[in-house]
Amino acid sequence: MSRLDEPRKDGLGRGTRRRARWAPYVFVGPAGLLFLAFSLLPIVIAVALSFQDTATLGDGEWVGTANYRTMLGDPLLRTALLNTLVFTIGTVPTAMAIGLALAVALNRPLPGRGLLRALFFVPMIAAGVVVGVIMSWIFNPDYGVANNALAALGLGGLPWLTSPSTAMITLIGVVVWTRIGFCMVIYLGALQSIPAELREAAAIDGASGWQRFRRLTVPMLAPTTSILLILNVVFSLQAFDVIYVMTGGGPGFSTTVLIQYVFRSAFADARMGYAAALGLLLVVILLVFTLLRQRATKRAEELL
Amino acid sequence: MTTTTAQPAQPLRERRSRRRRWLLTAVLTAVAMLVVFPLYWMVVSALTPGGQSQSSEFYLWPAAPTTENFSEVFAQQPVWRWLGNSFFVASVGTALSVCVSLGAGYALAKFRFRGRGLLYAAFLVTIMIPIQVTLVPAFLVTARLGLVDSPWAVILPTLFDVVGIFIARQFLLGVPDALIEAARLDGAGELRTFFRVVLPTCWPLVGVLVILGFMNRWNDFLWPLVVLQGNESLTVPVGLSTLTNSPAFTSPWGAVMAVATVAVVPLLVVFLVFQRTFVQGIASTGIK
Repeated sequence: MSRLDEPRKDGLGRGTRRRARWAPYVFVGPAGLLFLAFSLLPIVIAVALSFQDTATLGDGEWVGTANYRTMLGDPLLRTALLNTLVFTIGTVPTAMAIGLALAVALNRPLPGRGLLRALFFVPMIAAGVVVGVIMSWIFNPDYGVANNALAALGLGGLPWLTSPSTAMITLIGVVVWTRIGFCMVIYLGALQSIPAELREAAAIDGASGWQRFRRLTVPMLAPTTSILLILNVVFSLQAFDVIYVMTGGGPGFSTTVLIQYVFRSAFADARMGYAAALGLLLVVILLVFTLLRQRATKRAEELL
Repeated sequence: MTTTTAQPAQPLRERRSRRRRWLLTAVLTAVAMLVVFPLYWMVVSALTPGGQSQSSEFYLWPAAPTTENFSEVFAQQPVWRWLGNSFFVASVGTALSVCVSLGAGYALAKFRFRGRGLLYAAFLVTIMIPIQVTLVPAFLVTARLGLVDSPWAVILPTLFDVVGIFIARQFLLGVPDALIEAARLDGAGELRTFFRVVLPTCWPLVGVLVILGFMNRWNDFLWPLVVLQGNESLTVPVGLSTLTNSPAFTSPWGAVMAVATVAVVPLLVVFLVFQRTFVQGIASTGIK
């Protein structure tokens, strides 16, 4: 209690100590209760489940670390991790590069710039399920507009989502489509904070457009790039709805990423305990990336 | 800047840069059309009669546009109910969750209390827990509360919105302490201070939270899919996902695209009206 009377180091005014002691708990209370019931409690149950062998809830048998040992020798898990890696590497740099290119282009005084920005942003607002059904229809092998257009050009149709060798590429393309607007908006915000005098000075010094981009814009955007990188990786690791609707992880196992495998183990294979263990593996992976993100943010703050 | 044609000093450079600018605009317009095409195609397919859309003919506009797909799917499926459910869940959920987030953000930003750091850290960690991991246990909790198949099963667990709390805290850190001090010196109580002094400075924050919250709830899929069971109690995305494997239609894709259109249009309207807040909200989820 007496600690509250000491001078504050965090800049809060001295007068705050006269406040009613109950007040913060009243304000944070609803969030705290909801957090306990719908976040913390389910996580605790999930951890408990991961040490059980159970098809449904409540009748589990404690099996120690058996689920975790199963993971080590599970060939499907290895495939799912590989698919996750391919999906992440396919989506993240692509979306960021296109987003950056659009941001740089739309940061110039172009006619119709506002409208163009809005158009590139629009795919962001569509639900994953909506994107999934639209794209399933466009890439439908028999009646889809993609193959109809290829036929009109005198080319043969592609199997898009129906062949294991092309399904992942199609999915990556679709997810990149949903994400370029986000990358563009974040990059545009960062570009607008680069002082115009800097670019003018570089131009007066005789730097070409490309040189200015490489030597000035890219380094100035580095903090934004690192934040976007981590965010996009987290998005990709959690991407579910679009894959669920478009391929359900198939054909075969070709588009089953880790999060898909968690869902499938729990609901299709009825292995709740194993699914919980897989889910916690995913949480650990996400945790690592989020810690990286925090470090990146800290570094960004130091740079600014 | 470069529109001044009266400068005779560098007319060639001027003309070249203007031509390049138009070229760039043309390229960007072409790319933008490609980017918007899937949404355009959704609307076109919804307006195309089954005979034309289920063919290998290439077209960009239906020969005989029709609203048949809409009337058919609205007659055969409870689409109005789905829309009503979605609207109820999204608006009530957003309203309550904005209150929860504002309260939590205010406490975390402007009070020192025991366990504050720990609580905030615990909140932030939940961002990384994908819903698939806690889906089954969260369902168990919801079932214990007797909420399965009720809109409250969708609303309650999503009221705790970490990103919302995070944005609220960041915003409220910027509200000057002097303002709160002054209210206290005037003899205002805690609640009065919050509602009369702090809240009126928060309207931009509320705008961002409302738009983000509404969009996320309107688009939410997996959790409603698990807790809603009767066809009458589904939300639009869940209803839409049940249509893709329904053999009941003569032109299933047209019907699916009609419902997809109905699912996107409300958000599109919100986006067009509040574009600035919308973009700002999306950006603020990522930047800080």
